[in-house]
Order: sequence, then C-alpha cells, then structure tokens
Amino acid sequence: MYGGGNIFEKPENEIQEDPVKLAEFEARILAGEKIEPTDWMPKEYRKQLIRMIEQHAHSEIIGALPEGTWITRAPGFRRKLALMAKVQDEVGHAQLLYSAAETLGKPREEMINDLISGKSKYSNVFNYPAVTWADTAVIAWLIDAGAIINQVANSKGSYGPYCRALERICQEESFHLKYGHDNVVFLATGTPKQRQMVQEALNRWWPPIMHFFGPSDKISVHTETLMRWKVKMASNDDMRQKFLDMYVPKIWDLGLTIPDPKLRKNEETGVWEYTEPDWNEFKRVINGDGPCNAERLAVRKMAEEKGKWVREALLNRNEMYSVPLS
Amino acid sequence: MNVNEYKYNSHTEMSDELTSGVKDLLFKMADDELILGHRNSEWTGLGPILEEDIAFSSMAQDKLGQAQAIYNLLNQMGEQDADTLAFTRNENEYKCCHFVEYPIGEYDFSLMRHFLFDAAEALRYNSLLNSSYKPLSDLAKKFRGELRYHTLHSEVWIEQLSRATEESKARMQSALNECMPLALGIFEPSKYDDLLLQEGVFTGEENLKSGWYEHIQNILTNSGLKVPDLSSITPSFGGRNGYHTEYLKPLLDEMCEVYKIDPEAEW
Repeated sequence: MYGGGNIFEKPENEIQEDPVKLAEFEARILAGEKIEPTDWMPKEYRKQLIRMIEQHAHSEIIGALPEGTWITRAPGFRRKLALMAKVQDEVGHAQLLYSAAETLGKPREEMINDLISGKSKYSNVFNYPAVTWADTAVIAWLIDAGAIINQVANSKGSYGPYCRALERICQEESFHLKYGHDNVVFLATGTPKQRQMVQEALNRWWPPIMHFFGPSDKISVHTETLMRWKVKMASNDDMRQKFLDMYVPKIWDLGLTIPDPKLRKNEETGVWEYTEPDWNEFKRVINGDGPCNAERLAVRKMAEEKGKWVREALLNRNEMYSVPLS
Repeated sequence: MNVNEYKYNSHTEMSDELTSGVKDLLFKMADDELILGHRNSEWTGLGPILEEDIAFSSMAQDKLGQAQAIYNLLNQMGEQDADTLAFTRNENEYKCCHFVEYPIGEYDFSLMRHFLFDAAEALRYNSLLNSSYKPLSDLAKKFRGELRYHTLHSEVWIEQLSRATEESKARMQSALNECMPLALGIFEPSKYDDLLLQEGVFTGEENLKSGWYEHIQNILTNSGLKVPDLSSITPSFGGRNGYHTEYLKPLLDEMCEVYKIDPEAEW
C-alpha cells in the first residue's frame, strides 16, 4: 500500500533530449500507448519512475512491519489467518514492484541498500506505531483504501510493467480493504472496550491518513511534465478529496468521531473542508524524525544482515563445498 | 476405502479408552501445528529474501489451517470450539512437543526445524490415510496436497544450503546438531500407542520415528551433512504430557493477549 505524495523532486538540471525522439515518445503516451522496458524513454522519465516504483516497493516491505507485529497477537483463527495472508500479500507486492523497477535498470539489492542507508524513502505513514489491535484494523481499512485510490490512478499510467503490477496489487488491496472494514465494524459494534479501542486508533491515525496523499498542491513540487508523461496521474489534493468523499460518510455511519472539528463537505462547492494537516510534521517525519523511523530501518537492516549468508549461499547453490584436509 | 471399510465412522462407535487415545493424538497434532505455524509466521517481513518470506508465510497459514481443522474435529468429539481450545487453555494443557516451542532463531535453525518437523508430519499424515477412524483419514487426505509442497520446499533448501559455502554448510550442520534432540521429542511415546495401533487408528510414535529417521538420513547425507547417531542423543520429552520449555508461556501470553481482553467478545 502506498499513497504517493512527496516523491518527486525537481530535476537538478534540464537534460537535453533528442527532440524528435521526445516528440515521438510524448505522442505515444498521448495516444494511450504503454512504454515498455526496451523502448526509448527520456532520462528524467526513467529516473522518476525508478524513484516512484522503488519507493512504492519499500513502502510495501516496511508496511509489513507495523501490521506484522500483530500477527502473533491476532484474536482467533479467522483474524490470525486473514492478517497473515494480508501481510504476506504486502510482501508479495514488494517483490512484484522491485521486479518492475528492475526493468528500468536498478537491481533489487541496490534498491534495498538505498532503503537501509536512508537514501531512498518510503511512505511516511509507516513511521507511526500500531499501538493496539484496533490500529491494525484502521490501517487495513483506511490506509489500504487510500492506497487503492492512488494505485488505481497510477495503474492507468504510461509504464507497462508498473501498470500491470498495479492491476494485480489493486485486486489484492481491495480484499484488504474488505478485511479491514469487517474488522472495524466488529470493533465499532462490539463491547464498550472494543469501541473505545477503535475510536482511539482512529484518533491516532487520522493525521497520518490526511498526510498520506502528500502535501497540498499549493506547496508541492511542480509536476506538470510528470503528469503529461503519465508518471503522476492525479494531484495530491484531488486524491485526498476523493478519499474523504468515499470514506468519511462510512466512518460516520459506524458512529465514530473523526478528530477534526472543521471537517465538513461544502455543499455548494462539493469540496471537503478540513483543518490543514501539519506539513511541518510531515516533513520532519519524512526526513527521519518520526516515532518509528529508526526502529523500522533497524529491523529491515537486521533482517538484511541476518539473511546475508543465505543470499550468498544461493549464488553458489550448485557448488559442493568440502572441508579442506588441512 | 469406502465408508463401509472404516472400522469407526464416528467416535460414538469407540470405547471411552479409545476416544481418549484419539483425542490425545489429535491434541498433540493440533497443538504442534498451531505453535509451529505461529512461530513460522514470525518470519513475516523478516525473511532472508522476499521469496522466502512469502513461502514461510504460506506454510505458516497452512499449519494454522490444519490446527483449526483438527480442533474442529475435537469439537465434534465433544471438546470446546477451535478458538477456545487454541486461545484460552492453560500452558500445561497444551500437548505440543518442545521442538515447536523454540524461538525462530536464525534462518538455519528455522529451516532445519521446518525440514525435520515437516518430514515427520508428512509421514504421520501419510500413515493416517489408512486410519480406521474415518474423520482422521479424511483430514489426512485433505492435508496431503499442502504437505507435499512443504516437504519439497524444505528439501530443496536443505540441499542447496548444506552444500553451498563454508558458512552455510557449518550453519546447517550446527543447526542439525541442535535440532536432533528436539526433533526426537516429536515421537515421545504415548500410553495410548499400543491401543491406537491395535485398533488400526494410528501406527504409533515408535514406528513413525523409524521411517522418519531413514528418510531424513538419506536426504541429509546426500546433502553432505553428518547425521548424529540416535543412540547418542537424549530426546527432549515432556511436551506431550504438558511439561514445556520456558518458551511456551511467553508465546501463549502473546498469542492470547488480545483474545483475552474479552473472550466473550466477537473479534
């Protein structure tokens, strides 16, 4: 699951591309064709796609951690099996996405090294902790819902391998959303204790959810070229509006309170009004100072280090090592 | 076998003593699956490569599904429902062997446990295909397909890691040495073994162990590992009678933490 937002950077220098090839490339995209790995593409297109797909892949594998810690505590067989399958799906998404990014020329190992070193980012939302079981329910419902909005848009983008990966990912994410919703419904209609748990989880997760689609269009990096190239498919604010439109009524239906007194739909304009999210906090967390950044990367690093001997052995799996006589 | 060929189509046809023996066997099997499934799920997000992460999760899900199916059978035999059995019993009421209780450790230990345990499990269910108790034979048929993939997976990995590099070979040998006494704990004799054998319900732990040792010895030797001689090992017994390692209690506390907030609530 991945929300996009704040993943593009301004090109450092304007790269001069062959104008004929560039025009041909842009005409193909305009005509709705997909770009495939061996096709000509502008350097900037390749670079931004690698960045985006890689960040998406990292988000899947880091995203497995906050929910994964609740597999061992899930209440009852039904929930335990469903959560295991869900988190497994997320790891599977990482595998698909690393493969899609590899078609652009960056090996998986290098991407994972960039994740661990902090060079490469992942979705901000996973730098917050899942404090109780109810947090996993809210994540599976609302974060996955947000991810679907972003990913359905991106699946109509221009790069073939990424679009195909996203189509499959979205199918699985829609099951996650159903699982999450079912889970929230059970809690919201359950005992007073369960209700309290889910309300508190929603209070905790609302600000990260509002951050999920990235900074307001007013303050984000200009992405006209990327939108023309169908790398970025929708603006951050548009996606946030779509999310609010689809899910706020559902949250209210369950009798839960959203912790934003200003949240309302302006009936005249049809636009949701809300308290502007704290974008300074967003930047602070993205740059490493969130509640769980250090822990998430430390866990990933530990897993990589512990698994190193296995990966090295795989490179020699047809060898027959024999102990030297002396 | 068709229905008429089973000696027992239902537990109601059995003596009380035999019913107790069958339940004892089912609890051992279900608790092993539950606890090892739980342990293997701890690899989620932490595997040495993504593909293994995913594989361990699949196998852990199969194990939990098997545990649930066996608890459901116990429920049909008059015990409580699957969730209550799995999530509310006291530590000393679990019948799992020590082997499954150990923490996941490093991948070498987890993989060797997966290989040794699943080999025993596959043979156990294979023998249960011919059980005179129909529901047990039905379960064995149901699980057969899944188990085949588990053993294929573990054998491929054992072979490649035991051969590849100096480090991987040393790790796999030392994991094997550590696992063997624990693995023998799977076959802790039961007071019901003779009765179950006599009634055609189950071949018994001792018979299972012989077949298992021969099977794993072939694969491990071909992979270049030295298999410890059985006579030199003291098996880690006790689990089948409710005496567990220090690792089970914290595992159960964690597993039941949310469920026990309110066992009456629907989660």
